[in-house]
Amino acid sequence: MTDPIRDLTARLAADPQSLVFLELGEALRVRGQLGAAYKVARMGTNRYPELAEAHDLLARILADQGDRHAAAEAWKRVLDLSPQHVGALKGLAFLAFRAGDPASALPYLEAALASAPDDEGLATAVTRIRASMEVAARKPEPEPVRQLPGVETFEPFESARGVVLLDAQGLRLAGELAAPDGTEVGDAVAAHLQGVSREAGRAARLLGLGAWQSVSAESPDGHLVVQPPTSATVLLLVRDPRVPVGRLALMADQASRAARAWLERLA
Amino acid sequence: MNSLMETLERVTRVAGIRGAMLVSESDGLVVAEALAEGLEGAAVAALAASLTLRLRRTAQTAGLAVPAVVQLKAETGTLITVPAGDDLLLVAVAERDANLGLARIELKDAATRLAS
Repeated sequence: MTDPIRDLTARLAADPQSLVFLELGEALRVRGQLGAAYKVARMGTNRYPELAEAHDLLARILADQGDRHAAAEAWKRVLDLSPQHVGALKGLAFLAFRAGDPASALPYLEAALASAPDDEGLATAVTRIRASMEVAARKPEPEPVRQLPGVETFEPFESARGVVLLDAQGLRLAGELAAPDGTEVGDAVAAHLQGVSREAGRAARLLGLGAWQSVSAESPDGHLVVQPPTSATVLLLVRDPRVPVGRLALMADQASRAARAWLERLA
Repeated sequence: MNSLMETLERVTRVAGIRGAMLVSESDGLVVAEALAEGLEGAAVAALAASLTLRLRRTAQTAGLAVPAVVQLKAETGTLITVPAGDDLLLVAVAERDANLGLARIELKDAATRLAS
C-alpha cells in the first residue's frame, strides 16, 4: 500500500508551483503531524497570498494546535478574500462556540447556511444554538451547586449530554454528544470507538497490567474518557478541559453506574 | 549514551516507571526503547500507536484538537503516550503505585526536548 503523504510530497517536489500543497497539508493535519502541516500551509500562503483555500488550511492547522487567536486571524483573512467561504464561517463559529460564546457563533453559522442551504449539519447547528439561546434567555439562574462538575446524576441516562454509550458493533445505545458547532456527533464517535475495548484489553494484557479500566485523552479544548460499563458496552464521557482529569475519571465512574442501571432497566 | 537514550532513561528514573520508548506513530515501529525485562517493545509500540491514533480520531470527530496525552489505565498499571514531534510518540509504562502526575510532567518535558 502506498503512503499518500509520500506521494503528495513527491508531487509537490516535482512541481513546487502546484496546488498539491493543499492536499498534503490537509493529509498531514488529519494524521496529526501538525508541525509539518503548518510548514506546508505557511509555504502555501507565502506562495499564494491571495488564495483563500491556503489560508483556510492554515487556520484549521492552527485551530488543531490550539492557537485560537492565530486561527481566527487566518479565517478572517479567508473572508477578506472570499466573503462567503463556508469553511471559514464554520471555523469562526467553532472558535466562538469553543470560547463559550454561542451568541457570537450564530451569525457565522447563519451566514454559512445562507451560502450552503443544503448543508443539513449547518441547519441543525443553527436550530440547536437558537433553541439553546432561547432556553437560556428564559431559564432562571441555576443554583451554584448545579454548576459544579462531578455532581451530575446522568439521569435520564438515555438523553444524558456529553455521554455516549455504544454496543460492541459501534452503535449508539444512549446519550448525546454535540461538537462545538452544535452538530450531533454521537453516532460518528461511536463508530470510531468500535473495537476499542478489544484493543485496549489486548494492550493491557500484553503489558501484564491485567484488565483495562479506562482510556483517556486530553486535548487543549476538551477531555474525554472511555470506560467499559459492561463487557458488551463502552461509554464515552466528554467534558470541558477545565474539568481535571482525575475528577473526570470519577465522573466517568458515575456515568458507568448510571449506564449499568439503565441497561438493567431495559433487560 | 546518546541524547535520545538519555531522555528515555530520565523518564524511567521516575519511581514506578517500568519503561519508556519512542515510537513511529504512523507504522507503530520502535525507534528507541528503555524497557524493563519482560516488556515486548515491538508489540507495545504497535498497540500504543494504534490506540493513540484511535483516540485522536475520536477526539477530532468530537470536534476536539489533537490530544496532548493519551492514557490507558488498567488493574495494575498505566500506559501513557505523548506526541513527540512529527510522527513520533513517547510511550511510558507505569506501575499501579507510580506517581502519574510526576511521570506525565517528565514525559511532556521529554517530548518537548525530542521535538525541538
